[in-house]
Amino acid sequence: MAEPLIRLQQVTKSFGPVDVLKGVDFEAYAGKVTALVGDNGAGKSTLIKGLSGVQPYDGGVVSFEGREVHLTNPRQASSLGIEVVYQDLALCENLDIVQNMFLGREELKQGTLDEAAMEFSAIKALQSLSVRTVKSVRQKVSSLSGGQRQTVAIGRTVLRNAKLVILDEPTAALGVAQTEQVLNLVRRLADNGLGVIIISHNLADVFQVCDYISVLYLGNMVARLETVKTTRDEVVAYITGTKVLEGVNE
Amino acid sequence: MPKTLPVVTSNVTTRQKSGIGSALGQVRQLSFWAENAAPIGLIALVIVFGILSPVFLTLGNIQSMLIAASILVILSVAQSFVITTGGIDLSISATMTLGAVGFGLAYQANINFWLSVIIGLASACLVGLVNGVLIAKGKVTDFIVTLGTLSAATGLALILTTGKPIVVSSPELLILTTGTIGFIGYPVIIAAAVGAIAAFVMFRTRFGLHVQAVGGSEEASVANGVRAGRVRIAVYLICAFLAGVGAILLVARIGAAEPAINTGYLLNSIAAVVLGGVSLTGGRGKIFGPILGALLLTALANGLTLMSVSPFYQPLAVGFVVVLAALLTRFRKK
Ligand SMILES: Nc1ncnc2c1ncn2[C@@H]1O[C@H](COP(=O)(O)OP(=O)(O)O)[C@@H](O)[C@H]1O
Ligand SMILES: [Mg+2]
Repeated sequence: MAEPLIRLQQVTKSFGPVDVLKGVDFEAYAGKVTALVGDNGAGKSTLIKGLSGVQPYDGGVVSFEGREVHLTNPRQASSLGIEVVYQDLALCENLDIVQNMFLGREELKQGTLDEAAMEFSAIKALQSLSVRTVKSVRQKVSSLSGGQRQTVAIGRTVLRNAKLVILDEPTAALGVAQTEQVLNLVRRLADNGLGVIIISHNLADVFQVCDYISVLYLGNMVARLETVKTTRDEVVAYITGTKVLEGVNE
Repeated sequence: MPKTLPVVTSNVTTRQKSGIGSALGQVRQLSFWAENAAPIGLIALVIVFGILSPVFLTLGNIQSMLIAASILVILSVAQSFVITTGGIDLSISATMTLGAVGFGLAYQANINFWLSVIIGLASACLVGLVNGVLIAKGKVTDFIVTLGTLSAATGLALILTTGKPIVVSSPELLILTTGTIGFIGYPVIIAAAVGAIAAFVMFRTRFGLHVQAVGGSEEASVANGVRAGRVRIAVYLICAFLAGVGAILLVARIGAAEPAINTGYLLNSIAAVVLGGVSLTGGRGKIFGPILGALLLTALANGLTLMSVSPFYQPLAVGFVVVLAALLTRFRKK
């Protein structure tokens, strides 16, 4: 099998006396979608915050594109090509799509905003994801639906030349049709060669778009499954702890 | 370049408008009024006063109205930057007073005119710096901070002058008050230049975009690498600097640096911004609107004076107009 885009080996994280990640192994591949599932409190968010640099791990080894890296802050993670789409999406509703996609990384021409270039790149990024639901990139985000907002947030990661995109519950607040759109988008990201990690509680979504499923249970990685070789019942069993992998330490 | 791409141009607002049923026509109507309160109000005033007073639309009166409006235009533009970030500067007129006093004292001490101007601007900027740092770094509510500096700057101006006006008679100020290009006075040209530069900064630069972004969502801005603290400090500095520019014009007009409170300018600057369609909760950057708002308030005062209405009625009229505008903002498009 190809080398993983990102590989975590025995990463740990504690908050005072509470060990939240107890030596977790995890990997994700370029061109593949990896689901990260687990019950509330399993440590999914903590694992992601370590990857984004927001909350560095206490111990363990992180390798990105085969090289060991130390993820200590969000800027550095972003410069490596790791982008996270958080649940709140971090969008400014009063600004339009282009402005949001470039916020904090505006392109300038002679000291002023290069609107034409940014609009062009924004459209290109959305087209690379085959986005058809957005009428105008000069629309204010306040006028967009939940799915369209998710689209803008995902498009932004493409603009930033992300290699690894991490999505936290991207479909949690969406209806059926919009969920479908966003899942297609997630699939398209991977088809474009990016590595994608998606946190989800919805196993239907997971089975629809993911290639691999990793299950966290109380701070331990209890399973790493290939979607085509597993069943929903098996995944549920790992999530609820009724099934435990041999050799996993308590 | 990007013109040939398919996704760009369809105009969504018109689409939505045509889709809305006739039952909502009333609200749509109201939102139109709310969006354009300042220009509509200004045109209405011009028509009404133009009919009621034969003097109102004479060239001489228009000239003097524009000159009278210039300080308020500058202060409204200044206030607009702060309010776009979701803040407010209650110290704006006190800052102007301190700037005037700083300028007056320097000039009285036989310091060269331009150096005195710089000292006046610097004294104003000092207030802005204190405002910005306390709000951005100290995380104190803007309302409280600028209320505090309103009082402190007023007090400082009174202490420095022992409460007496400083008469300033300089040839430069004389030119400033009497000079014209065509029939347009220098103060008007300065105000117009301030407006043009402000619009450029707000809508063409990264900084202006960040001002709007911070006003829209500070959290999202910070998550995307915008330095919100610096943006906040900068808007209070800009506001204070422009209050300093207003101070020089004020001294030029009165012929003295007075330690007066100038509350009228404070209230009118906020009123003009509200009339101009800027939301007090931030995020809606506007420059032209507040300028029209300032012109409207000046025309209102001028027209009432021409019709020999007692000046006591002016604050009442301003209050009425502003409350009406504030009511209309409820019907503004999101
Ligand atoms: N900053 C923190 N301080 C203390 N405990 C925390 C902190 N963040 C998370 N935890 C704890 O770590 C555990 C895992 O949390 P989290 O990673 O959010 O799980 P998940 O996202 O899988 O629901 C929970 O028991 C939570 O209370
Ligand atoms: Mg969580």
